[in-house]
Amino acid sequence: MSDKEIDEPTGVETTGHEWDGIKELNNPLPRWWLILLWISVVWSVVYWVLMPSWPGITGYFAGVRNHSERANVDAALAALDAERSVQMQQLLTVASIDEVEADPQLLQFAMNAGASLFGDNCATCHGAGGQGFRGYPSLVDDAWLWGGTLDDIEKTLHHGIRSTHPDTRISIMLAYGETGAFSADQIDDLVEYVVHISGRDADMEAVARAETNFVQLCAACHGADGKGDQLQGSPDLTDAIWLYGGERKDLQETLYYGRAGVMPHWTERLTDEQITALAVYVHSLGGGE
Amino acid sequence: MSENRAHPGNGSDTGGDVMLIAVILVVGALWSLFTAARATDPLMAAHAVMFLVATVLGGFALVSHLSSGYVADRNAYEMGVVKAGVFASVFWGIAGFLVGVIIAAQLAFPSLLYFPDLAWTNFGRLRPLHTSAVIFAFGGNVLIATSFYVVQRTSRARLWGGLTPWFVFWGYNLFIVIAATGYLMGITQSKEYAEPEWYADIWLTIVWVAYLLVFLGTLLKRKEPHIYVANWFFLAFIVTVAMLHIVNNLAVPVSLTGSKSYSLFAGVQDALTQWWYGHNAVGFFLTAGFLGIMYYFIPKKAERPVYSYRLSIVHFWSLIFLYIWAGPHHLHYTALPEWAQTLGMTFSIMLWMPSWGGMINGLMTLSGAWDKLRTDPVLRMMVVSVAFYGMSTFEGPLMSIRSVNSLSHYTDWTIGHVHSGALGWVGYISFGALYCLVPWLWKRKALYSRALVEWHFWISTLGILLYITSMWVSGIMQGLMWRAYNEFGFLEFSFVETVEAMHPYYIIRMLGGLLFLIGSFVMAYNLWRTAKGDIREKEYARDAALAAAPAE
Repeated sequence: MSDKEIDEPTGVETTGHEWDGIKELNNPLPRWWLILLWISVVWSVVYWVLMPSWPGITGYFAGVRNHSERANVDAALAALDAERSVQMQQLLTVASIDEVEADPQLLQFAMNAGASLFGDNCATCHGAGGQGFRGYPSLVDDAWLWGGTLDDIEKTLHHGIRSTHPDTRISIMLAYGETGAFSADQIDDLVEYVVHISGRDADMEAVARAETNFVQLCAACHGADGKGDQLQGSPDLTDAIWLYGGERKDLQETLYYGRAGVMPHWTERLTDEQITALAVYVHSLGGGE
Repeated sequence: MSENRAHPGNGSDTGGDVMLIAVILVVGALWSLFTAARATDPLMAAHAVMFLVATVLGGFALVSHLSSGYVADRNAYEMGVVKAGVFASVFWGIAGFLVGVIIAAQLAFPSLLYFPDLAWTNFGRLRPLHTSAVIFAFGGNVLIATSFYVVQRTSRARLWGGLTPWFVFWGYNLFIVIAATGYLMGITQSKEYAEPEWYADIWLTIVWVAYLLVFLGTLLKRKEPHIYVANWFFLAFIVTVAMLHIVNNLAVPVSLTGSKSYSLFAGVQDALTQWWYGHNAVGFFLTAGFLGIMYYFIPKKAERPVYSYRLSIVHFWSLIFLYIWAGPHHLHYTALPEWAQTLGMTFSIMLWMPSWGGMINGLMTLSGAWDKLRTDPVLRMMVVSVAFYGMSTFEGPLMSIRSVNSLSHYTDWTIGHVHSGALGWVGYISFGALYCLVPWLWKRKALYSRALVEWHFWISTLGILLYITSMWVSGIMQGLMWRAYNEFGFLEFSFVETVEAMHPYYIIRMLGGLLFLIGSFVMAYNLWRTAKGDIREKEYARDAALAAAPAE
């Protein structure tokens, strides 16, 4: 079945095949197409000669350029480390924030390093600007659970809070309701007490009933005046800053279930210099002491 | 088109098809009964029950078919299964596009549809549902329907295997249901585009072998001296997908009555096997298969000969040979050895012209009929599809170059690239084929409405453009932000800042997807009215030329 014919609009011969009314023209391969095909083949062959390419039995052809992407990355990282080594060494030995602030170049370096580290490691919980969220402390105010000096911040970063590090900072707000230490009524009274000392209107009879419990139990950590203790990481109950909310419902929940948020330790992920830079940055966010 | 001018049957079917299907149903029912009773996890029990229901329904269907005394006309084409494929294609298409719009909305507004107690509404469960629904459910049903249609018409032979084509259709759609419900329940082997677990993979293998047999059997009893080019592409698609599916899914089940399995490969070998599979799913499922559609429906609709027989031979073999090596370009700058990355990249570059051979043959087939683009929106849709094919097969080799990839990889640029191929090429060539098939299969003179095709075309073209341009901008911006350093060599932006910067583009992408979805509803309505035999009178009355020469 070879009925070759000339296709009318194009003047090209058909192949003589036909399927369900479909015919084929006998056009040659487009020249530009063929040229580009060969160019891409030749380019590939040249690339194979230059770069690591074909595998053999015991290894692979490394290419005449002896190119290695891994070696390039190592070299680039080493070059960057060398470029930064002076400032990094300085950061390793700083004793106080004053020392950093006295050296504008070092301060600028530390702030840049810290901002970058903060974005990739801390912002997930503390927010891009360090503003914090419920359960994740704000780093921009001057209320510090564990202290806001450069040393304090560094120590928190190194060891974490309730983390798996052996030297972790640790303290626990016990679950007074869940464990049965306080009855529901006693918790309600204590809530009124905390509302009262934080400067809001409260049921004064309840406040009076709660006083004994507060003094005997709560004051051990939060202090007799409720102003907290940075050595134990216990928050100030008299200000308007609340990690888990300061409404009566939130306070009930805190007293009933307890609180024990975790901050991981960073010794294994970040170097000492990086932690110092990060501490300088966090210190500068607004509340550094 | 409607009457069978040829005499396709030759009476060679043996009747073994009923026996084979009966055995598969009985063994399947026994296996699922056993597994349902002994399942080590509730998810496996749920799937076993679904499988049991399917085999029982299949048994009923088989018995009622046999007892009805219906004897198929051996001299007629088997078009019932093609009709079923058209239904399934439209249904799964809309379902897949809808899930796509939902997950696009979730990316723009993360708390949307987030219910901690309803895990199946999470992005992580819905995303594979979207990809599998559009690729395998929509695309797969389009391929089954069109390949069954084309191989019969161009071979002048009835589909081989009696009821086997029906087994392929229902078996494949059962696989889709098992896969989709599995994703929602949380069953996955965590391989992209190959998420279904081992038992679903085994079922698909059985179905796929039946598909191959039907296709080959039909080709073998053809009444034409040569095999038409569309069938080369369909056959390459079926054979290669079988190989890819089996190798990438080699896994050891933890228990024969449990849903979990572990891949036979580990580490970078697993990654390379996965992307050898993944890239060739693009190459052989979404490219070769749909080129088969193009090679039949464009010349048929344009009523013009294929541009170049020689080009079709050369680009077919070069495409088949080169595509299979390109997978490593998905693993640039990873643990994959650099020499393998080099080979993946160079084979992708060499693949550029073989891919474009299909575009040239598709576009140049319109030589002498370019005027039809103005009057025939269905043909225009298919030609625009080929243009998108050309664009994304240029973009692909470009993105495979290692230094370009260092910017584009892991960004939305990849998503935009995939969707210019998926929405533009695969979507439009499928819509074009469906617009052709419905009047042909239901023996209607014309589509219910050409104006609605115009609406579908323009709405969804706008949607595609919004989608891919927003993803280009967002992807390149994302890549540049990730690699931006300040003067001290520290990263300029944190990850969360890059996420925030993409928000407006995610909204534009969602709107683009929404337009594409709306277009598919317009198509479904038009096809439904066409199948019913309706004609939008005033549209055809207004244009005497169209009324006189309706679509076939």
